[in-house]
Amino acid sequence: MIVYTLFIVSLVVFAITQVLPADAAVMMLGENATDQALEALRQQMGLNDPVWLQYLHWLGGVLHGDFGQSLRTGQPVGPAMLQALGRSLLIAVLSIALMLVLAIPLGVLAACRRGKLADMIVSLISYAGVSLPEFVTATLAVLFVADWAKLLPPTGYVPLTENFPDGLAHLVLPVCVVSIILIAHVSRMVRSELVDVLHTDYIRAARLKGLSTSRVLFGHALRNALLPTITVVALDVGYLLGGIIVVEEIFALPGIGRQLIIAIQTRDLPAIQAGVLLMAATYSIVNFVADILYAWLDKRIQYD
Amino acid sequence: MIELLKRLLRTPQGAVGLVLVILVFIVVIFGPLLAPRDPEAMSILARYKGPSANFLLGTDQYGRDILSRLLIGARSTVTMAVFATLAGTFAGAFIGTVSAFLGGRADEIIMRTIDAIMAIPNLLFALLIVNLLGSSSINALVAVAVAFAPGMARITRSVALAVRKQDYVSAAIARGESSSYIILREMLPNVVAPIVVETTIRVSFAVMLFATLSFLGLGAQPPATEWGLMVSEARQYMHISAGILIWPSLAIAIVAIGFNLLGDGLRDALNPRTGG
Repeated sequence: MIVYTLFIVSLVVFAITQVLPADAAVMMLGENATDQALEALRQQMGLNDPVWLQYLHWLGGVLHGDFGQSLRTGQPVGPAMLQALGRSLLIAVLSIALMLVLAIPLGVLAACRRGKLADMIVSLISYAGVSLPEFVTATLAVLFVADWAKLLPPTGYVPLTENFPDGLAHLVLPVCVVSIILIAHVSRMVRSELVDVLHTDYIRAARLKGLSTSRVLFGHALRNALLPTITVVALDVGYLLGGIIVVEEIFALPGIGRQLIIAIQTRDLPAIQAGVLLMAATYSIVNFVADILYAWLDKRIQYD
Repeated sequence: MIELLKRLLRTPQGAVGLVLVILVFIVVIFGPLLAPRDPEAMSILARYKGPSANFLLGTDQYGRDILSRLLIGARSTVTMAVFATLAGTFAGAFIGTVSAFLGGRADEIIMRTIDAIMAIPNLLFALLIVNLLGSSSINALVAVAVAFAPGMARITRSVALAVRKQDYVSAAIARGESSSYIILREMLPNVVAPIVVETTIRVSFAVMLFATLSFLGLGAQPPATEWGLMVSEARQYMHISAGILIWPSLAIAIVAIGFNLLGDGLRDALNPRTGG
């Protein structure tokens, strides 16, 4: 399934970048290059070959870990993109961790106090959360937290290995911004799943058996309510990756999202291809792992 | 229809959402009439002003009236988002229904391919398409529509599969009706309700996606009054006057919340189990 996904994504990306009105030879040699020089480079890069041959050539390189050379820097694209992906994954993992720590208790609270004040407050927060795009929350966060309150540095990136406290301080705002929409979405999912589970017969049976409320909730209900959440979180990773693009751009973090924006703006075709493929691969792998995890936790489902 | 409206108003989400969305459409239709000032009129003396009787929401970095710019900008932001969502919905609904009707291997291939395309984040997909077509509002509309189509196809298919098992579809097949007749006349009308809910909620995503594209410089171009673009331009001046930044942000949030609430309200109203 992952192989098929990446094959289709590679076709889509290659098709889009093929149609882009950009001549790689002109981009590398500049507008003033002689016709002979351009022709020689096109020949060397295989730009005169039929499209399907160019695709196979590119795909062959990718399968060997060679994504080609950046038209902008002339350096190999693969290592640069992988390094950037690593930085982005750090943000992604921290965001998901923050989301789980906050979203599950909020969802449980709302489900247990259904229709009461706490439920309405959680629901208000989550509506506000899903209705604010990342670029708005990020810009407001920079204005309020960094510029006015001076609590955290506004933008920039410091590697954690270089200066851990400072590096962490630079990550707080981006991680919070990215996780807002996730928290809003997942807490609503947890709430509605838990509300459904609390109405099932086995929960009523557990109650009638005389088990305490907390025992029913944590021992029986929550486990079943959280199962579908795994799938939702995995699907949200697509949204998360989109949010990371915006957040990296605003906070000037050198992750894969920022690399992609630069690549798209400068029409650096090999970098665009590598970036999109790596993002799609990340999403597919996360969803594959989530499926396996789901099947492992829920014995009723068996995958071939 | 009246019955549906009654049910919709009975849910708190539906009532608030409906009011917000109606307000938004009033602004979209009558925005230019309501705007107190010329949105392009610059005034060097009246830059970075806070709210006052003259400028209800203050002025921006060129001394332009923020309220007027927001009222007129509603057209570009909201109208574009609605049309992009509708286009994406129709394309997706068509693919999903056809796939469900065909079934078997064709269905599997179509759905696997759609799953694969959905591995590219929506925003990134839209960025790629805008880059391909060139930065402009119309191209951003096409990009958002194309980015939405796979998701809509997936949802439509799952609903259509349930419909396909219904007796009236089997009856139509037994009568010997053509495939196009069955898809268009028997199946599509019955998958409409869940799609309306999904479409309404997606308008709020589209508003946000549009604003994000403009923010990244790939949607509407200056001096347009698109809200995302206004936020983007305000970033440089936000230290001087926070209002330039906050009002358009609030406008985006209100529209997104309105469509979100209306979608959730519709879902409850259309669901025979939870609706009154």
